[in-house]
Amino acid sequence: MTTTPTPPVSAPTNPLFRLGLWWDGVIDRYNALPRLYKVVLVLAFALFVYALPLVRPPLIATDRIDFGGVMFACAAYALIALGLNIVIGYAGLLDLGYIGFYAVGAYTTGVLTSYHWAWPFFLALPVAVAVTMLTGVILGAPTLRVRGDYLAIVTLGFGEIIRICVKNIEWLGASAGIKDINHPNTIGPAPKPPFDPGGLFAIPRLEWNGITPSLDHEHATHFLVFGARDAIPYYWLLLTALIVVLLGDRLVKASRVGRAWEATREDEDAAELMGVPTFKYKLMAFALGAAIGGLSGAFYASSQSGYISPDSFPLATSFLFVAAVIVGGSGNRWGAMVGGVLVAYLPERFRDFADYRLLVFGLALTVLAITRPEGLLPPRRTRRAKMMEAEIEQLEEGPVDA
Amino acid sequence: MDLGALFGNFNNFLDFTVGGLVIGAIYALVALGYTMVYGVLQLINFAHSEVFMYGTFAVAWTFVLLHGTGDASWSLGRAVPILLVALVAAMLMSAAIALLVERFAYRPLINKNAPKLIALISAIGASFALAEAMGLRDRFAKWFGLDDNLANYVAPNKARDVYSNPVSIQPHGLFHIGGYSVTDVDLVVVVAALVMMFALDIFVRRTKFGRGIRAVAQDPEAAALMGVNSTRVVQVTFLVGGLMAGAAATLYMMKIGSTRQNAGFLLGVKAFTAAVMGGIGNLRGALLGGLLLGVMENWGSAVFGSEWKDVVAFVLLVLILLVRPSGLLGEALGKARA
Amino acid sequence: MPDTAKLLEVDDVTIRFGGLTALDSVTFDIREGEILGLIGPNGAGKTTCFNVMTGVYQATSGQVRFDGAPLAKLKRHKITKLGIARTFQNIRLFKSMTVLENVMVGADAHSKVGFWDALLRTPRHRHTEEESTTRAKELLKIVGITARHDELAANLSYGDQRRLEIARAMATGPKLLCLDEPAAGFNPAEKVKLMDLIRKVRDQGYTVLLIEHDMRLVMGVTDRIVVLEFGRKIAEGAPEEIRDNPAVIAAYLGVEEDEDAS
Ligand SMILES: Nc1ncnc2c1ncn2[C@@H]1O[C@H](COP(=O)(O)OP(=O)(O)O)[C@@H](O)[C@H]1O
Ligand SMILES: [Mg+2]
Repeated sequence: MTTTPTPPVSAPTNPLFRLGLWWDGVIDRYNALPRLYKVVLVLAFALFVYALPLVRPPLIATDRIDFGGVMFACAAYALIALGLNIVIGYAGLLDLGYIGFYAVGAYTTGVLTSYHWAWPFFLALPVAVAVTMLTGVILGAPTLRVRGDYLAIVTLGFGEIIRICVKNIEWLGASAGIKDINHPNTIGPAPKPPFDPGGLFAIPRLEWNGITPSLDHEHATHFLVFGARDAIPYYWLLLTALIVVLLGDRLVKASRVGRAWEATREDEDAAELMGVPTFKYKLMAFALGAAIGGLSGAFYASSQSGYISPDSFPLATSFLFVAAVIVGGSGNRWGAMVGGVLVAYLPERFRDFADYRLLVFGLALTVLAITRPEGLLPPRRTRRAKMMEAEIEQLEEGPVDA
Repeated sequence: MDLGALFGNFNNFLDFTVGGLVIGAIYALVALGYTMVYGVLQLINFAHSEVFMYGTFAVAWTFVLLHGTGDASWSLGRAVPILLVALVAAMLMSAAIALLVERFAYRPLINKNAPKLIALISAIGASFALAEAMGLRDRFAKWFGLDDNLANYVAPNKARDVYSNPVSIQPHGLFHIGGYSVTDVDLVVVVAALVMMFALDIFVRRTKFGRGIRAVAQDPEAAALMGVNSTRVVQVTFLVGGLMAGAAATLYMMKIGSTRQNAGFLLGVKAFTAAVMGGIGNLRGALLGGLLLGVMENWGSAVFGSEWKDVVAFVLLVLILLVRPSGLLGEALGKARA
Repeated sequence: MPDTAKLLEVDDVTIRFGGLTALDSVTFDIREGEILGLIGPNGAGKTTCFNVMTGVYQATSGQVRFDGAPLAKLKRHKITKLGIARTFQNIRLFKSMTVLENVMVGADAHSKVGFWDALLRTPRHRHTEEESTTRAKELLKIVGITARHDELAANLSYGDQRRLEIARAMATGPKLLCLDEPAAGFNPAEKVKLMDLIRKVRDQGYTVLLIEHDMRLVMGVTDRIVVLEFGRKIAEGAPEEIRDNPAVIAAYLGVEEDEDAS
C-alpha cells in the first residue's frame, strides 16, 4: 500500500466550532496539570464565582437591577439547565413542561413554610425534592412507555395543568400566590431593623469608577443573613447546591447509568436488546431531572422576596429552558449551564432584548437544529468525530495518484 | 365536583353535548393537519398550531380591510360575503405558513435523515418564532415606519393582547336540541367541517396525489422506488393541512370572534390530542377524536367547573396514551422495531 | 455434535404481518455448543426468526423455548439476560459512544451497580467497572479490532463496525450468540477470517446461530443448517446433505435468476 501525503486538514471553520476546539485545548491543558495545581485552580475558579456579585466586574454587572438578584437567577437557571440536561441531553427525552417541576418544588416549599405550616426551610427542602421526584415518576411511568415524540406533548400538557391548578386552587393561594415563604435560617445574630443588620461579619462590595475599584462599605453583604435586603447570601446557598449537583452529575454520568442513558438515546431498541432496561433508565433520568427542577424551585420560592404566584411559571419559560440546554449543546453539562445562565442574564443586562428573547431563541433553535444538530458546544467526542470526518473527506478528495 | 350539573337534567346534558360537538368540529379540522403530516413523516408538526393562528388573524384582518374598525354586530347572512373572502384569505395564509414551515424547518432535516428529536426541536423553534413574530408585529412595522399606516392591523403596543374581529357575528337560534339552541353559526361550523373532511377523504382516496400520500405513508422506500416524488408528496401534505387549518380558523373566528398571538398553542395541543385519540395517521380518526374531545371536554367542565376544561383535555390525552396508545381507530404503533 | 441438550427450540412458530406470512409453522432447535446455520434467499424470514427469538416480535402462534422455558411475553432485556445475544443485519451501534463504551454497555447487562453505587462510588462500582473494562478489552482483542478504544463507533471502518457488534453481543455473556449476516459486505479474504473468528468463539463455549446469505461460506463453518424459503423451512441437516438437497438448489437457483433479472 502506498501512502499519499496527508493534505492539511481543513476542520469546519465556523467560529463556534473553533470555540469548541479552544475549549478542548483548555481542558487538555488542565488535565495535564499535576493534581495539586488542579485542586488549586478549581478552588480559585469556585471562589471567583462565589465572589462575583461582590466583585461586580464592570460591563458584566447590571447597574439598574440588583446584580446579586441577577446572579441568583443565573444560578437558578443553571441548576435547571443541569437537571434538564439529564433528561434531554443524556437520555434523549424531550421534556417541554419542565417548568411544571420547578413549580411543584416551589409550591411545595411555599405550602410547607408559609401560612399552612411554618416549617423551617431546610426541613421543607428535602420534602419538596421528594414530592417533585414523585410527580416525575407519576407522570413518567405511563408516558415513557409510549413513543418518544408523544412525551413532548404530554409534558407540555403537564406544565399547563400545573399552572391551571395553582391558579384555581384556593388552598395554593390561587392567583394571589403564596406570600411570606420562610427564608433559610440566618446564621449568626439575627438582624434587628432598622439599625443592626445582623450576621457574623460584613463583606463590603466593590464599586467601580471606570477601571478603578474601591470598597463600598455601605452596601456590604452580611454573612449569612437571609433577609429581604440582600440576594447575595441566597446566591451563595444556591451556588453551593449547584456545585453539589454538578459533582453528582459527573459521577453518575461516568458510570453504567450514564452509559445506559446514552445507549438508550442513541438507539433504544438496540439498547434494550443489549440488556439495558431502557424504561427503568428513562424513568430514572426523568425523575432525577424532576427532582433537580424541584430543588431549584424550592430555592426560588424561599429567596429574597419569599413570594410565588402562578405568573412565576409561564409555560414559555419552559421552552426557554429547552432552548438553553439544546443551544448549549445537548449532553454537555457546561454548555447547558452556560445556556441557562444566558437565558437568565441576557434579558436583565440588555433590557431591550427581553421582548425579543422568545423570538431569538425560537429562531436559534430552528437554525441550530438545521445546521448543527449537535448544539453549539457538543460533547468533545462529537467534535473530534467532526474533525476526523473532515480529515477523511480530504483524503478521499485528494489526488489519487497511487 | 357536581355530577348533577351534567346528568341531573337531560336537557343540560344535551346542551353540553351539542355545544361540544360544535367546538369539536373545529378541533377535528386542525387535527387533520397533525394526522396527515404524521402519517407521511412520522413527525409531530409542532408548528401546525401557528399555521392555524395565522389563519385566525387573516380572518380578522380581512374584516378590518373590508369593513373597517368600527365595532359592529351582524347577522350571519350579512357577514357571508366578507366571510367568504376571509375564508380564502385564511386558507391562503395558513397554507403559506405551512409551506414555509415545511421548506425551512423540515426539508433540510428530512434530506439529512436527521433524528426525529431534532426535527421536533426544529418545529418547536419555528412554532415559537412564528407566534412571537405575530406578537411583535407592531415592532416590525415600526422598524419600517409603517406602524401608523398599519395601526389597525398591528395594534401598536397591544400586539400581544387579544385581537378581535370588529364584526361580531350574532348567532341566530334555529331550533332546540334539549336545552341547546342550535344556531345558524353552529350549523355552518359543523356542516362546513364535515364537508371539508369529506372532500379531503375523496382527495386522498381518489386523486394521484392522494395515492402518493398513502403510498409514502405506508412505505416510503417502496414509494420512492415506484417513482413517487416524496418531497412533492410532503409538500402537498403540508399544503392540504394548511388549507384545512385555514378553514378551521375561519370557523373559529365565526364562533369565538377574537384571537391572540398565542391562540394556537392551546388549540394546537387539543387538536393533537384529538388526533391521537382517533388514532394518529388516520383521517377519520381525526374527525372522531375531535368530536369526542369537544364533547368530553364540555362534560368535564360541566362536572368540575369551566376553569378545569383544559385540564380535562390533557388528562384525557394521558389516559388514552396509557390505555390505547394507538388511538381508537389506529393500528398498533411501533410494530417494526428491529 | 448432535446429541447435546437442546438450548433453544423454535416450535411451530408462525408470524404474520397483515396479509404477509413471514414465518409459516417453522420448527427447529439449536443444541448446546453447535454452530447452526440459518440460510435462505432474501426475504425468506431469517431476520424475522431472530426477531421472534429475541422478543422483538411476538409470534402469531407457536412458541420459542430457551433452556426449556417459553420466552413469550418476556421483556427484551430479560431475554438478553437469560443468555441470547444478537447482532443486527443493518449495523446498529451506539454511534456517538466510544468503541470501549459500546462493549461496556453489553457488559453492563449483568452488572448490579445502580444509581447509588455510581453516586457514592462504592467498592462494588469500582470492582464491576474494572472487571467489565478488562473483559471489554479482551473481547475487542478477540474480535480483532485494532482501532483506538476511545474512538467513536461511528468512525470505525465498516468491517470493524461489524466486528464491534459481535464484541458487544458477546459482552452480554450469552449462551447463544445470534449473528445476522455478519459477513455482509466483506471481501472473500475478510469472510474467511470472520469464519475463523466464529469457530474460535464457539470453541470458547458459546453456541452460535449464524444467518448467512452466501451458501458456500456457511458450508465450511456450520455443524448443521436450516434452510428457509418464503417463511417455510424447506430443509434441515448436515452441510453435505443440504448441498445436495434439490429443494435447496431450486430455491437458490430461483433467486439467482431473480437477481440477474433486476
Ligand atoms: N415489521 C414488518 N412488517 C411487515 N413485514 C415485515 C416486517 N418484518 C419483516 N417483514 C417481511 O417479512 C419477510 C421476511 O423478512 P426478513 O426476515 O427480513 O427476511 P430475511 O432476513 O430472510 O432476508 C419480508 O417479506 C419482509 O418484508
Ligand atoms: Mg435479514
